[in-house]
Amino acid sequence: MKALDKIKIAVLCLCIGMTFCYGKALASDTVKIGSFLAVTGPASFLGDPELKTLQMYIDEINAKGGIDGKKIEFIHYDTKGKAKEAKNFVNRLIKKDKVDVIIGGTTSGNTLAVIDIVQKAKVPLISLAGSVKIIEPVKKWVFKTPHTDRMAAEKIFQDMKKRGITKIALITGNGGFDKSGRAQCFALAPKYGIEIVADEKYGNADTDMTTQLTKIRGTDAQAILNFGFGKAPAIVVKNIRQLGIKLPIYESHGVASKKFIELAGPAANGVRLPAAALIVADQLPANDPQKKVLLDYKKKYEAKYGPVSTFGGHAYDALFITVGAIERAKSSDPSKIRDEIEKTHGFVGTGGVFNMSPTDHLGLGLDAFKMIEVQDGNWKLLY
Amino acid sequence: MKAMVGYCLFALSTIVPAILFPDNYYVTVVGVTICTNIVLAVSLNLLMGYAGQISLGHAAFFGLGAYSSAVLTVKYGIEPWIAMIAGAFMVAVISYILSRPILKLKGHYLAMATLGLGIIVHIFFVQADQLTGGPDGMSGLPVLTIFGIPIDNDIKWYWTFAIFMLLSVLFSLNIARSRSGRALAAVHGSEIAAQMLGVDTAKVKSHIFVFSAVLACITGSLFAHQQDFVSPESFGFFFSIELVTMVVLGGLGSTYGAVVGAIILSLLPELLIVFEDFEVLIFGAILMTIMIFLPQGLFVAMEQAFHNFMNRREQGAANATS
Repeated sequence: MKALDKIKIAVLCLCIGMTFCYGKALASDTVKIGSFLAVTGPASFLGDPELKTLQMYIDEINAKGGIDGKKIEFIHYDTKGKAKEAKNFVNRLIKKDKVDVIIGGTTSGNTLAVIDIVQKAKVPLISLAGSVKIIEPVKKWVFKTPHTDRMAAEKIFQDMKKRGITKIALITGNGGFDKSGRAQCFALAPKYGIEIVADEKYGNADTDMTTQLTKIRGTDAQAILNFGFGKAPAIVVKNIRQLGIKLPIYESHGVASKKFIELAGPAANGVRLPAAALIVADQLPANDPQKKVLLDYKKKYEAKYGPVSTFGGHAYDALFITVGAIERAKSSDPSKIRDEIEKTHGFVGTGGVFNMSPTDHLGLGLDAFKMIEVQDGNWKLLY
Repeated sequence: MKAMVGYCLFALSTIVPAILFPDNYYVTVVGVTICTNIVLAVSLNLLMGYAGQISLGHAAFFGLGAYSSAVLTVKYGIEPWIAMIAGAFMVAVISYILSRPILKLKGHYLAMATLGLGIIVHIFFVQADQLTGGPDGMSGLPVLTIFGIPIDNDIKWYWTFAIFMLLSVLFSLNIARSRSGRALAAVHGSEIAAQMLGVDTAKVKSHIFVFSAVLACITGSLFAHQQDFVSPESFGFFFSIELVTMVVLGGLGSTYGAVVGAIILSLLPELLIVFEDFEVLIFGAILMTIMIFLPQGLFVAMEQAFHNFMNRREQGAANATS
């Protein structure tokens, strides 16, 4: 019993101690930015760099005296990638913390779950998720910074057309990103004169896709397109090499992180994908408007946390679009901030040059995507 | 009589905050979550606590309710109430058909069968994307109207859920004191002994399974309308486990135990948010501490302690007079 008593006391001390550790800075003249990201859970490889980016730059802005003398108060909750949590936290951000603008929704599912809340509460939201459904049809209070899955599919099809590929095999996972990408491929293929001759699916947690690929080997496909993220695409690429399939492989922007090359190893060589310019920043021509922004972000992030990914870049874009809007609005009134976000024009971010409008709440053109090939275990900018 | 006093106190504690603070975040947002979880925990307790049959797939029935409301109203334009009743009817049929073979199993095998049920339903929600919207879920449910009143703001939803929750708790309390409740208790104690006493155990078990599933299903329908959004991850395996935790944490076999468990598990994450990165750690530590020191469940342990205290006082008083 004595030992148990000690545990009791230890637990109690721990709880009390932590209550005191927590102190909330109270300042009257602040602008409140809320965020809800999937920092833990299956989408953590997206949410983690996003949060780090936000924190790093908000600290920097505050150290410099804030936006027009207004300090940023940053409130963040971890959704663990769950839509239900995302809904609760956005409610909390709006009703309890009373934030002026929200950045977040790491995944499309998380973002789509909260759209009606921000629309009703009239608080601007900048999403960091991929699906085109977020901004189409246009919702008054919802914006986003990452390229859409439709743009990725278009970019890939353009490249295929250039190489004279007309018949492809599609292989996708069972996640939201995969399913949405697959739907976009089917919608766009006829426009580019491409025929999808195989449509195979796998579970994102599967460890072997040879069955599906063997089926693909039996078709007359001229290339394989895999829409997915996480570790599954690396397995797909490895399996393709193991089966001795010689077809060109295309991946989506979902694999644009060093982790993919690490996981797939030499099998990744020759894989083509559309991605934001960040991962090939040093290969950009010197006159590229994005080059300076990209190298600055890369340097700062890598000095503090390690290798960059394009996902953190989306958070950078969202934060600085917000900051720009607050500066122009000269107010922390959510509706004025919203109007200014919509007027964002010529903003050079990591994802491209943003030109938003009342009919386009993303503001990126197809040129924001670069076509990249993996060569000798590294990204190589094609065009 | 005594039981009704407790119930009235409990009802008051849900009504008073809503009257005093109709705009408070903890009432309108957290309150609704708590009420949802209470009904689910109470319905699971009917099966687990009273009848002693473990279920690791309770979230599936909750999800079926939510999805039948969402799909029928959004895709087929059916009236919300008719969709809700259709969902409940469907779940009643499904659960009845499943109950006979599933409840023949015992222990680990029953756990596995219910676990499988939960996972199959979850896979269906994810994969049948033509119908369910897949992993992205679906939204755009019509507004629910009760007696001509549209339930379109947070506090109206709180009242809807609070009333529904209070009715479910009352229902559950009454079952425990009814003939079938005693039959369930007998099945829980020893199935063979119950059979010897003339209890049709298969019938009793399948009835309570259907009741429990339908209650979860109706909660799911209300939840779908309140959230105006459904997606598969709200009804996954982990939520089933969370529900089991609620029931066990509060005290298996006690309706108020399930209530207390649901309140703790819904409220604790909200309160612990201030610790940011340590939130999960402390959450785990608190659950562990409760289960180590009070293995019979928080509410049940407190109830026993209270009874012991009263008995001792009565004894003390008796000793003093004699």
